[in-house]
Amino acid sequence: MISELKLNGISRAYGDHRALTELELTVHGGEFIALLGPSGCGKTTALNSIAGLLPLTGGSIDLDGRRIDTLPPEKRGFGMVFQNYALFPHLSVRRNVAFGLRMRKVARPEIERRVNAVLDLVRLAEHAHKLPGQLSGGQQQRVAIARAIVLEPPLVLMDEPLSNLDAALRLDMRAEIRRIHQEFGLTTLYVTHDQEEALSLADRLVVLRAGRVAQIGTPAELYESPRSAYVAAFMGYRNILELTAEVLDGTRATVAGDGVKLVGTLADERDDGPVCTVGAPVRVAIRPEDLRIAADGADVVFEAVAEIVEYHGREFQVDALTRTGQRVHLRTDERVATGDRLALTVDPRRALVFAGGGDGT
Amino acid sequence: MSALAAAPPRPALRHRLAEHGVDRTLLLMLPGIVAIAALFCYPFVYGLGLSFQPSKGGVFGAYRSFFGDSFSSGTIATTFGLAIPSSLINVGLSVPISYRMRGDFRGKRLLLTLLVVPITLGTVLTAEGILEFFGPVGWFNLTLQKLGLVSAGAPMKLINDYWGVLFSLIISGFPFAFLLTHSYLSGIHPALEKAAATLGAGWWQRFRFVTFPLLLPGLLTTFCLTFVLGFSVFPSAMMVGDPDGKTHVISIEAYEQALQNFDYPQGCADAMIMTGLMLAVIALAMGIRALFYSGSTGGKG
Repeated sequence: MISELKLNGISRAYGDHRALTELELTVHGGEFIALLGPSGCGKTTALNSIAGLLPLTGGSIDLDGRRIDTLPPEKRGFGMVFQNYALFPHLSVRRNVAFGLRMRKVARPEIERRVNAVLDLVRLAEHAHKLPGQLSGGQQQRVAIARAIVLEPPLVLMDEPLSNLDAALRLDMRAEIRRIHQEFGLTTLYVTHDQEEALSLADRLVVLRAGRVAQIGTPAELYESPRSAYVAAFMGYRNILELTAEVLDGTRATVAGDGVKLVGTLADERDDGPVCTVGAPVRVAIRPEDLRIAADGADVVFEAVAEIVEYHGREFQVDALTRTGQRVHLRTDERVATGDRLALTVDPRRALVFAGGGDGT
Repeated sequence: MSALAAAPPRPALRHRLAEHGVDRTLLLMLPGIVAIAALFCYPFVYGLGLSFQPSKGGVFGAYRSFFGDSFSSGTIATTFGLAIPSSLINVGLSVPISYRMRGDFRGKRLLLTLLVVPITLGTVLTAEGILEFFGPVGWFNLTLQKLGLVSAGAPMKLINDYWGVLFSLIISGFPFAFLLTHSYLSGIHPALEKAAATLGAGWWQRFRFVTFPLLLPGLLTTFCLTFVLGFSVFPSAMMVGDPDGKTHVISIEAYEQALQNFDYPQGCADAMIMTGLMLAVIALAMGIRALFYSGSTGGKG
């Protein structure tokens, strides 16, 4: 197992377009790291650069103190699982998995032994003789994983491996990937745009925005204290309200605007971000589950009219419009009908206030 | 209740026909079918019939006389001698070129145009060019003379010979082979080679174990196409070749029998033998093709 992989400010530009800008990250052996971000944020570029499929335009990569970014992909020895699996369609499952070992001229009995072991691990032993085209999506995905890990690579790179699977299978395979990661003692770098996937799988998350790191931290850190409205939006804070700071009191801020007035908590912001001052624009992030219908006597923060009500079994998912036409999302177990006027409230600890309005980070 | 017990009504005829793929759009095929029947099937069957009605020698007389005469039957070896090397060269050249042409680079479109332009040149124009360029006083021989590689009195004999026809077949056949190979190759998903690279395969191994096996069925199809073009060579064999000797190919034999000796049945028999040989080679190539994986290769193709 590796002890550490260091990305020293790696960058990748296509002409004037900077797909990835100075990514700094140290991956420790045995870690599961998720690169998270919307499409086009540079996460696949980062993965391909690490694999050696894209040359860097800046920075360097060190594996246990040895510089590797100048090596071609075949010399790096990282396992990679592609989004479309990229299984060799003309080779059987067994030969697909054995491919890397054959390229390394491993002795035949050794190949046999290791391929069998991995096929057992991914539970595909009985499909070993089939061609990839004869397998289901989930099975193909497991072949792709088996093929990457049979070489016992120091680092496994996974590029949205679950995005082509249906929802139920995705849950199963997620658990499977975590299990394989642990059983094999892998070090994994996992690219996804799905925050739930990232939160549930990873030891650490790297949220990317337009090729730059927005925040790095454990799932709990990112979930509890996102350092920008952008990260908050990615971590399930679906309501982002653009308001103005009126009163600042320690970590508490009273913010208002558009017929809304509420007390929130100043978020732990990035050092280089804008500072919150009275009268300055702020953005307030609230999770749908934290926006509640006010009980009698509670502080009503604002009113909204229910526009779309979705039944989700135990609770309702409500899209409501405020008086000024701002759309808010909330979850409630109270029965709500379309057109109902809702008085809403939020716990000050659950409303995160970020300095800077508009598109600022 | 009796109405419920009765068998469900049969679906409408239109639906039952549609179930078997029969509907009005089939009529779109009609003009093509008529044209093929009138311009290909009828003449073919007519010629086949004619080949069994020689003026002498019974039903198989024309065939017997073809195989009985060494000058006639020798055309088989001559024709194969031109068609097989030219198709192998065309397919062989198109693989590395199209392999390199997959990526983007400066001047790719210009190069593509240059490679494909010969399609627009007729065989006669190509033959004229070859006669001028490779002739005894053409640029090619003059250059060799200037370089001192051949002496002035003894230029390399390239035209009115085997080589001229081979060049012509390469010039006219390569664009087809290249275009086909190019499209087969772009049908192979680039991620497959990337995957092979991450698994430790160098460029030669990637080509040898991934791209080439996936390309092979396409190459065999391409081979068939250029082989058919080469095997039915006629104008260039006449113009830049040696039609009474080294490039006396089977189509020239058929032409001479039919239109110079006015022995139509013999000409037809020669053409049928030519067809049979081509079909045999295509069948062989397709048989080999069936041994390889020829399913989806994941790309856009």
